[in-house]
Amino acid sequence: MKKSKFSLLLVLTLVLSMFLAACSGGNKEDEATPDNDSEATGSELAENQEITVLESAEIPSMDSVLAEDTVGFTMINNVNEGLFRLDQEQNPIPALSDGEPTVSEDGTVYTFKLREAKWSNGDAVTAQDFVYAWQRALLPDSASFYGPYIMAGVIKNADKVKSGEVAPDELGVKALSDTELEVTLEKPVAYINALLAFPTFYPQNQKFVEEKGADYAKNAENLIFNGPFKMTKWDGVAATEWTLEKNEEYWDAENVTLTKINYNTSKDPQAAANAFEAGQADVTPKLSTPAVISQYEGDSRLVTWLEPTEFWLKFNQENKALANKNIRMALALAFDKDALVNDILQNGSLAANYAVPAEFVKHPETGEDFRAANGDFNTYDAEKAKDFWTKGLDELGVKTLELNFLGGDTETSKTVDAFIKDQLQTNLEGLTINLESVPFSVRLDREDTQDYDILHAGWGPDYPDPMTYSDLWLTGGGHNKMSYSNAKYDELVKSAQNELAAEPAERFEALQEAEKVLMEDAALAPTYQRASNLLVNEKLEGFTYHIFGPEYSWKFAKLNK
Amino acid sequence: MVKYIGQRVIYMLITLFLIASMTFFLMKLIPGTPFKNQAKMSDEQLEMMLEYYKLDEPVPVQYVAYMTNLVKGDLGTSYQFANTPVSELLGARIGASALLGFQALLVGTIVGIILGVLGALRQNTWVDYGTTFIAVIGKSIPSFVFAGLLQYYVGVKLGWFPVAFWKGPEYTVMPTIALSMFPIAIAARFMRTEMVEVLGSDYITLARAKGANYFEIAFKHALRNALIPVITVLGPLAVSLMTGSLVIEKIFSVPGLGEQFVKSVQVNDYSVIMATTLLFAFLFIVVILVVDILYGLIDPRIRLAGGKK
Repeated sequence: MKKSKFSLLLVLTLVLSMFLAACSGGNKEDEATPDNDSEATGSELAENQEITVLESAEIPSMDSVLAEDTVGFTMINNVNEGLFRLDQEQNPIPALSDGEPTVSEDGTVYTFKLREAKWSNGDAVTAQDFVYAWQRALLPDSASFYGPYIMAGVIKNADKVKSGEVAPDELGVKALSDTELEVTLEKPVAYINALLAFPTFYPQNQKFVEEKGADYAKNAENLIFNGPFKMTKWDGVAATEWTLEKNEEYWDAENVTLTKINYNTSKDPQAAANAFEAGQADVTPKLSTPAVISQYEGDSRLVTWLEPTEFWLKFNQENKALANKNIRMALALAFDKDALVNDILQNGSLAANYAVPAEFVKHPETGEDFRAANGDFNTYDAEKAKDFWTKGLDELGVKTLELNFLGGDTETSKTVDAFIKDQLQTNLEGLTINLESVPFSVRLDREDTQDYDILHAGWGPDYPDPMTYSDLWLTGGGHNKMSYSNAKYDELVKSAQNELAAEPAERFEALQEAEKVLMEDAALAPTYQRASNLLVNEKLEGFTYHIFGPEYSWKFAKLNK
Repeated sequence: MVKYIGQRVIYMLITLFLIASMTFFLMKLIPGTPFKNQAKMSDEQLEMMLEYYKLDEPVPVQYVAYMTNLVKGDLGTSYQFANTPVSELLGARIGASALLGFQALLVGTIVGIILGVLGALRQNTWVDYGTTFIAVIGKSIPSFVFAGLLQYYVGVKLGWFPVAFWKGPEYTVMPTIALSMFPIAIAARFMRTEMVEVLGSDYITLARAKGANYFEIAFKHALRNALIPVITVLGPLAVSLMTGSLVIEKIFSVPGLGEQFVKSVQVNDYSVIMATTLLFAFLFIVVILVVDILYGLIDPRIRLAGGKK
């Protein structure tokens, strides 16, 4: 018996030492890796311009009319092209449009001259291709989400075509000739060029789409291209790998350096980082876990940028307590946002003390960020929060308050929400928060029916204009869903939508004014503005990300030696 | 035998019908819609979309429509993947899951049985404790920890096998090892316990007293009898291995069913949820039938069809 116990110990020791050996072996290699990287100096082009990119999801659709997700938009942006394209600084630059369009005096009629460009089957890209695609995006049979969403109120008659009130050819897009396109807007739109860079506005080859019928965009063989790359391998929506190759027929092919982009999906951040370390990938998907990001702190391969996606606590004013401004203000001031981004999220996200994100839109005349004039609102202040809280409770005539807090069920959401709950309960005496973590679709449903007291939600834009944030909170607005109503806010936002549509500077300032009203009401409590983090091979130059619509453009990228 | 199998097939169809019905109604109890961008839809647009996909109809009407299509062999189309037929989605994914599951089951069973038999034959020696230790580790370390360690040390540090993705036989090695840890542990434990019991039974003692070769006894008589409970657990285990593991598929980027199924539940992709559940149920029922038939082959004492001859 004694002997067998000893041998058990021996086995344990052996296994343990094997583990330790593996670990220490690992450390040695860690020290060795920087050597390989330091060779990557100088900017001579590598002979083989082939890269491997990881995405975190499959492509649900390659049909520009139906696509409604980031991976789809990104792929379409790299294999196709519209009137404009986003450059490396997020600015729209003419693509299929030959230079800037001519604009009518009232700013509603745009005439585009198209440059000579070809589809991958040899057909010329014509103005008719745009008319076809835009109409198709609105026809009820297409059941496109983005078509009506992004065109209504912008392109003339878009909503009427969608509802069938007028014929599709009444839509504000006409082919004057093969190379001349006339676009009529409902009213002047300040950000129209950037909007036209959005994939839903790309042209489609009618002959090809109709010939393929139900098979169109089903796999790489049933696709047609007019962009910098061609999709040469893709077996359809279930495929976890696909390939883009340089399109030699592209009008600007001489400025495209990469010859091949291999795609793979990787849904686990640590696994993606491992593949990157092993040299199996040049670009990882966005890494969401702090544990993975922290391994690369200070590493030049980690690329971080601020997204215009913002999160906030919505206060449902159907709840009597939350209809009280002092209570809302107390809740908005009572949690430490700096601690939230620095200690909990740890991914470069910014504490948000505003309703329109930073580094998103600039004043049309001064070029200053939206935030420059408005600054911060309702920053963390536990003392002030307590004052508002006592005042609010007195007004309500109660001593304690119990509120339901509805949040997401992802790991990040749960941690963040638990932190906020703890902060609120600690700083506000007599407050009880019941935290509920539910899946995304359930959260949406309960937001729709306003079945919550406090809701942690977020919003990401599809076009670069503060209105995408401002019109959310209009009285009775489709996305308000918290019964917030302020006549002054409505007036400011509506004037920006209508009278000031042709006055970019005044319009911008009206929206800044509106934000002040919203924040002074503590209508919602912003939490944070999200940052993106991913790993990029140091030899890859010109890596280009975008902050709305498609995520990346490979047209500008090249691989150095 | 034919009558027995015929009977079982009829029970199978009834079971499948009940499972389909229950899943359908339970699934409809989940709030929300299958639309990705519901947050951005206006109330009007949401209504139009629900109408377009006939999701505005009462649930019993939707149920009848679904079941009618199902009988015709139409599994419907996916919402998250631009109206792709579900059969295509499952077809594209089932291969990788089945291959990986099969390899893991094969490795798991063989290694597990060997470990179990060794443990039983060398009971209470270091061999026994060693195999027990491996089994405990295999069962208690969560697969995402083991797969993560394996990927990092063997894939990144040693570079023996590709870190992830699915492009050829060498890509299946690490996920197979990771996935086989559990069946190894299960098979080893069951095998050891059963072997010890069988080796201690009277007929083995008798055989040994008659002077039969020890190894002949162990492998010809004891092993066969000890296999019965192992097969009982391995059947259902085979199904769960071959229908995909969320964790392993995620870490090693395997294009399998597991991840797709979990995602479809999260985003209310109704037809994918239904089809995958039915597929899993179908495989389970078939495997249980196969296991029942195997019992009779391995152990003649077990008679099918109520022991009538």
